Amino acid sequence: MTLAVASGKGGTGKTTVAVALALSLAGTRSVQLLDCDVEEPNTHLFLRQHRRTVRTINTLVPRVDPEVCTGCGQCASHCAFNALAVTGGKLMIFPELCHSCGRCLRHCPVSALTETPVPIGTLTQAEDGPLCYSWGTLDLGQPMAPPLIREVRKEASVEELTVIDSPPGTSCSMIAAVRGSDYVFLVTEPTPFGLNDLGLALETVKGLGIPHGVILNRSGRADALVEEYCARAGVGILMKIPESRRVAEALARGKTLLDPMPEIAHRFVELMESL
Amino acid sequence: MKELVVISGKGGTGKTSVAAALAILARQAVIADCDVDAADLHLLLQPQKSESQIFRSGHVAMVDTEACIGCGTCMRVCRFEAIQLDPVSGKAVIDPLACEGCGACTDVCLSSALWFEERECGRWLVSQTRAGTLVHARLNIGAENSGKLVSLVRKKARSLAEEQKVPWIIVDGPPGTGCAVIASITNADAVLVVAEATVSGQHDWKRVAQLAQYFKIPLFVCVNRGDIHPLLTAEIEAEALVLNAQFLGTIPYDQKFNQAQWQGLTIVETQVGPASLVIRSLWDQIQQQFKP
Repeated sequence: MTLAVASGKGGTGKTTVAVALALSLAGTRSVQLLDCDVEEPNTHLFLRQHRRTVRTINTLVPRVDPEVCTGCGQCASHCAFNALAVTGGKLMIFPELCHSCGRCLRHCPVSALTETPVPIGTLTQAEDGPLCYSWGTLDLGQPMAPPLIREVRKEASVEELTVIDSPPGTSCSMIAAVRGSDYVFLVTEPTPFGLNDLGLALETVKGLGIPHGVILNRSGRADALVEEYCARAGVGILMKIPESRRVAEALARGKTLLDPMPEIAHRFVELMESL
Repeated sequence: MKELVVISGKGGTGKTSVAAALAILARQAVIADCDVDAADLHLLLQPQKSESQIFRSGHVAMVDTEACIGCGTCMRVCRFEAIQLDPVSGKAVIDPLACEGCGACTDVCLSSALWFEERECGRWLVSQTRAGTLVHARLNIGAENSGKLVSLVRKKARSLAEEQKVPWIIVDGPPGTGCAVIASITNADAVLVVAEATVSGQHDWKRVAQLAQYFKIPLFVCVNRGDIHPLLTAEIEAEALVLNAQFLGTIPYDQKFNQAQWQGLTIVETQVGPASLVIRSLWDQIQQQFKP
């Protein structure tokens, strides 16, 4: 079973919830946490990093054999991403634009193209007690996150419960992280920004057809607006985490939610059972 | 004319609140919201008149189910797991959210049942606000090419700024370090990172600062909610020296940010408090830096 933690707005507490959820459930069963926010992965900042292993993740990019290439431009004219161009009879390749679809190879009449791996980031695995977790880190300057996110997603094992920390937003990266999961927790906060972006995130998970519920973080005086909104949208608020300076200070120091609020572990276990 | 882009790496550090306040302080600016998949700037700037246009980019595969013979060749060639055979009809079904529009499937279809259509990826808008003209956008759900939409928003903002002869373009950037951020900062005059005094905020500011360095863009940094963890704030200030960034100041945790948000105002338009004073000083320093 795969549970994803997502939100439209950044900084609402996705990582806080994903880490606390994974740690709480790891007390009762085998759990794996996958940090798919590869542009800014943060889960490892809150966990011990025992038995750490790192591997490079590559994507496939075409490489040309200039001896064989005739400069006919068939590859370039079939590339939907403008990742190849012929100038002065010579083929140029722009790896940062390549989506690794492999179409150029198929259109080369003289088989001058081969695919070669190019690093885009790393995948790190580590353990904190019974919790196994992995995170992807996109190389700086590398624009495309989805291929790395898909690699991190492949770490999920069928038998285990997998918790996914998704990137913010609603674009292709968020979809790559959340797609194929069994349930999505949408973390929001009772502010106009939080509410606006919750609307966008809701629309997205509805579009994906994944069952979902809301976790209201920094809950307090303005909750009523989120409650009314959720009631109108027909989505349940599964849990509230109260606004607290003490919690904010603990999280700022790399503590998990279970440190200032140990009782929340029990609530996550109950929440999981209720799904 | 100078273009200042506000980014953070981590989400929720206060980019939009700071960018909107700077836009008000600038008095004469064109404003661009480049966080195209979770845009919030309009909630503070309350746009009046808007003109919107459709943004089309990339392609999506379409299937003619009459012609499809269900051979599955397209499914095997697709590297994005965007094609499946319907368990009942046995015909190809495209998942538009997974399809990246490469066209590989159309090459191999044995029955010419597949073709490509231009994809509508979102809309972009030009609106009038009390802080100046705002260029903003809405990326469709799961859409690709947010970088292209960001570039379009920035290009439009630049041409409006030239037309209106305003001295500033203030850009509210997206979180992260990927395509949308790269598209937001390339060739800008300066980047302001709104860091946060948390372990995540510190980790993320360093990554985004290195990214700005990689593109050789002058860098400013301020720390929001600095009093939550004063030691980390001091560390970020020290890191700024190493990363060749100008440290502008520390914004204290202030409930007034939230109150202003509920009123649809920026913090510098509400009753003066510690945070609004710091933001005014940030703006004075940025202006000082760009004095002719």
